[in-house]
Amino acid sequence: MINIEEQRVALSQIGEEMLSLCHNQVQLAYEAFTIFDTDLAEEIIRKENRVNALDLKIERDTDRFIALYNPVASDLRFALALLKINYNLERIGDQSFDIANHTVDLNQKLVPELVDRMQFNLMYETLDSMFKDVETAYINENIKAARKVFKKDKIINEINTNAFNIVAEDAVKHPELIRQYLMALVVMKKFEKIGDLLKNISESIIFYIDAEILKHKKKK
Amino acid sequence: MSAIMTVKTDETKTETSTSEKYKLHAKNVSVFYGDFLAINNISMNIKPKSITAFIGPSGCGKSTFLRLFNRMNDYVDDFKMEGKIKIDDANIYGKKTQVEELRKEVGMVFQKPNPFPKSIFENVAYGLKIQGIKDKELIAQRVEKALVQADLWNEVKDNLNKSALALSGGQQQRLCIARTLAVEPSILLMDEPTSALDPISTAKIEELIYQLKQDYTIIIVTHNMQQASRISDYTAFFYMGELIEFDKTKKIFTNPEKKQTENYITGRFG
Repeated sequence: MINIEEQRVALSQIGEEMLSLCHNQVQLAYEAFTIFDTDLAEEIIRKENRVNALDLKIERDTDRFIALYNPVASDLRFALALLKINYNLERIGDQSFDIANHTVDLNQKLVPELVDRMQFNLMYETLDSMFKDVETAYINENIKAARKVFKKDKIINEINTNAFNIVAEDAVKHPELIRQYLMALVVMKKFEKIGDLLKNISESIIFYIDAEILKHKKKK
Repeated sequence: MSAIMTVKTDETKTETSTSEKYKLHAKNVSVFYGDFLAINNISMNIKPKSITAFIGPSGCGKSTFLRLFNRMNDYVDDFKMEGKIKIDDANIYGKKTQVEELRKEVGMVFQKPNPFPKSIFENVAYGLKIQGIKDKELIAQRVEKALVQADLWNEVKDNLNKSALALSGGQQQRLCIARTLAVEPSILLMDEPTSALDPISTAKIEELIYQLKQDYTIIIVTHNMQQASRISDYTAFFYMGELIEFDKTKKIFTNPEKKQTENYITGRFG
């Protein structure tokens, strides 16, 4: 294997590690918030340091790769895509960190009916499936898997829109739960944001594999 | 435009003009050295006032192809060419082509600077004198203009009678470029013009090439991928006598069509 190839493989592996770490942070954030587990929430808060450290490592190693190896064509696209993927993953880490903090701040378990009504389960399952698609796309250079993410993000957006209407209706009926409703909406919005960030990552993967720029395109 | 434009074969008169869009036009060109096929059926059009980089591993035919444009290969034993090469509308391998006129039109800069063991002034004036120009004032004007164009004037204007061999490698190469420019060609062929130079001199030559694009059509053979991507508008990738890919440089270096091109520019073979 020539040197540039070795360097690229090493970078790709760190990217994979970051993907897996952020996926895990989102899983923990969902569990911590919906079953009110402050231990899990604290684990997320602790692991945020690892996300940040890995973010810096990827940025530094990619900068070095560009400076020392003068990559072109697919090597260059990979390096540019990895910087963007990393940026979006780090923000996913931030969203999980925020959810963990909200869990601690709320300091009470959400009413199970509220979790069901707002479709937190479906929201999480869809996000989890999007993460798996992104991982398949990234590791196997699979464009088909990357494109699945765009459709799934629409489900996420729909759940988020519906949640707003549900809260508007139910909060009037149960004013004693207003704090839970508001916090649930805030957290729902954070999950919705994670969906958007996964969509950005898919765009970067497609750019890397196929040199196609999907940013700001309506039809993907 | 010099006499080369006036040389037209019967073939060119009957064909559609290519000069509107292209300065150089190669069609189905093959080159043989005896039985060895050095270039295989290459067609290429080069736009005026553009920089085209020829890249490829050693022995791929890029220098052979470059030297077709000023008929430098004519001196090689057993050289034989098939196909057609036109500059503007003139078939440069036509029977009526005057090779001396062609070489005035198509200047060449080589890998190693090759100044004559004469003064700086004499080096640049050499081509003009060969052309029979005797007017000293005109020669002085053309020498100054060429040295200015080659970005060397400010460094040598007070030492024009100094030996050219006393200049640094980078200065010598710019002097050779000035010598080429003095006879006012419209095309510049450059065969690895910076491969023997240090990075500072290389940067100066690259900057110069970029400036010259305003007035000249330039083809450069280079083994330096970054150089090709930095200065050229178009890039042609050659491999084993074939033209594998020819496209805009930004396309070649970001998303080449052919896997062979990708493998070469990313350093995976060659």
